Amino acid sequence: MGKKLRGADIVWESLVEEGVEVVFGYPGGAILPAYDALNNYREKIHHVLVRHEQGATHMADGYARASGKVGCAMATSGPGATNMVTGLATAMLDSSPIVCITGQVPSGAIGGDAFQEVDVTGVTIPVTKHNYLVTDVNEIASTIREAFYVARTGRPGPVLVDITKDALNAVIEDFEYPTYTISLPGYKPPAPVTNEQVVAALELINKAKKPVILAGHGVLISGAMNEVLELSRKGNIPVTTTLLGIGGVPASHPLNMGMMGMHGEACANHAIQEADLLIACGMRFDDRVTGNVSTYSPNSKKIHIEIDPTEINKNIKVDIALNTDLMVALRQINPGVTFNDRSEWLHRIRDWQEDANQRDILQMKTPTLMAAQAIRAIWEGTAGNALVVSDVGQHQMLECQYYQHESPYTLLTSGGLGTMGFSVPAAIGASFHKQDREIWVIVGDGCVQMTIMEFATAVQENANIKICIINNGYLGMVRQWQQLFYDARYAETPISSPDYVKLADAYGMPGYRVSKLEDAIPTMRKAQEHKGPVVIEFVVEQHDMVYPMVPAGADLHAMIRRPHRQFAEMEM
Amino acid sequence: MKQILIASVEDKPGVLNRVSSLFRRRNFNIESLAVGHSEVPGVSRMTIVTDEVEQLRRAIVRSNVEKLVNVIEVDDVTDLPCVVRETALIKVTADTTKRREVMDFAEMYRARIVDVANETLIVEITGESSKIDALIEVLTPIGISEIMRTGKIAMRRGAVAPRTNGATA
Repeated sequence: MGKKLRGADIVWESLVEEGVEVVFGYPGGAILPAYDALNNYREKIHHVLVRHEQGATHMADGYARASGKVGCAMATSGPGATNMVTGLATAMLDSSPIVCITGQVPSGAIGGDAFQEVDVTGVTIPVTKHNYLVTDVNEIASTIREAFYVARTGRPGPVLVDITKDALNAVIEDFEYPTYTISLPGYKPPAPVTNEQVVAALELINKAKKPVILAGHGVLISGAMNEVLELSRKGNIPVTTTLLGIGGVPASHPLNMGMMGMHGEACANHAIQEADLLIACGMRFDDRVTGNVSTYSPNSKKIHIEIDPTEINKNIKVDIALNTDLMVALRQINPGVTFNDRSEWLHRIRDWQEDANQRDILQMKTPTLMAAQAIRAIWEGTAGNALVVSDVGQHQMLECQYYQHESPYTLLTSGGLGTMGFSVPAAIGASFHKQDREIWVIVGDGCVQMTIMEFATAVQENANIKICIINNGYLGMVRQWQQLFYDARYAETPISSPDYVKLADAYGMPGYRVSKLEDAIPTMRKAQEHKGPVVIEFVVEQHDMVYPMVPAGADLHAMIRRPHRQFAEMEM
Repeated sequence: MKQILIASVEDKPGVLNRVSSLFRRRNFNIESLAVGHSEVPGVSRMTIVTDEVEQLRRAIVRSNVEKLVNVIEVDDVTDLPCVVRETALIKVTADTTKRREVMDFAEMYRARIVDVANETLIVEITGESSKIDALIEVLTPIGISEIMRTGKIAMRRGAVAPRTNGATA
């Protein structure tokens, strides 16, 4: 015999059953019944009051990426739901499993332009993996259950459940949470690949002279870190990662060349272009990693291991497509991989790396604190062990280059959508996943001002996050493009900031300013002693650029490089 | 040759929107789309015609449609033996002096006259799209005031049926 429950209580009952510990949300008219019912579930679920619904979605996303579980956000109808669109799109592009629950006007009022009515399922079709409109109290639990299943299985992604207010208010006399095995007629998990495909892939791998492994976000989502490492070690094959693949292979692994693509390591891009075999593991040949597709890795055979069939041959035509879960595929492939000397190929890569070392800004005497130095100091000050949440722009790319990630799930960043303002809320969300790592935010002065209202959430929740604002007074990456491709005609890229130390104080948290490199680590130590949010502003040189850079649409090997002795004249 | 997809989809609100939204979002072009109930309760069947000609692109269109959670299965029948038909209603402006001519054309094309009024006739024709195009061409000089076409529907020949058909599963 089940319980007599309101639809609003069933929402929380369902979330508890799905293992939800924390919900990020904001109340409002249509979702009011659910907030009323929240009072019955305080012991089981912690609710975080955000300051803007976009923040709720990024928090759920950050929590999901840090924990591997499904993140959950809640908002009211109309503006509450539309504020979630950016966060849904961010999660969609980066395959992050979140479930967003929104209130909707009563079912009888739908379509009549009622107060705070928006066709939320219509609006969010393109930015969700799937979405639902629930108008019947009897379908709330089964729909939420299905939403969590769809969000976390296959290629993960965001799912939205829009529930009408009358369904939330209706009562079921005999409620029991469903336990049947979910089977959706149109949603099938991928099958393992056939033996013929494995044999064909192995033949390419074992005879390749200049192979490269491209390790993407799929490595982390599938949990195939060991399998990728084994493929690399067993075959002596160099690896490069995508932005979201960082951490999938330890930075110190001798065959790890670092990140590929627009601001990737020169050696990785050169290796891709000269390779005779690419083994793409859970990545989608995004334009930021390929550059000009018509000249991309022209002489290589390509193996694509990818769970999403729509990604195969989408951007780059491949020779062998293994459409299945990466871990499953590599466990089929790895036993057949033979060791291969490949010393000539690895030497060639080492030569490119040495050239890059000489161009490294950390080898140069600079007139002032550089953003790259600040980020390297954050790496040192956290012993490389932090969970870093970075935002979007120059600081994000420098983080990839100068923070060496040894472990998976230690870098959270908005890759596909490039959502400015992601980092602070995502870090707050990640802080609700119990872990030993310190959480450090690396954010630009432009990005931080996009979601700065979440400082209040961080303080209210005493989220133990350290927010490092890399302040160069510009929307730096856009300024870089204006400098390089628009004859330095800067339009709306200089940006002012509040006094971040005073602002931190106003929000009720410690704030520090660092403008000399030698102050970085001691300031970080002070921040580490404080259990709770801290702001550290790094005032950095204003005009430096991120190198290397492949201009948009250019050939991947056509990188703009940092001059060898860029700062020699300044020293005189 | 145009790409023809037969999609079995769950008969739920908004599914047509999901399919058409996908085509717009992915920049695929829908030439025609026809949808109706199937032999299985709760399952609708769509015939989607696209202008994709290249094999890799066709595979991408197909896998994108199939990826939708409410889409049960998709068959690309472009290169398979199948019956493809379309129905059109054509309203012709024709007074008594021209009626005979319209009726003669209709007979030649095995079309039917389904409505007669003082100044107009409605001709109904079912067949391959090229046959409909040809009838429209010969009726145009007489005077066509309105055309309504269903878009193509397709079915594979012989003893093959979609997986969604419980009888052959």
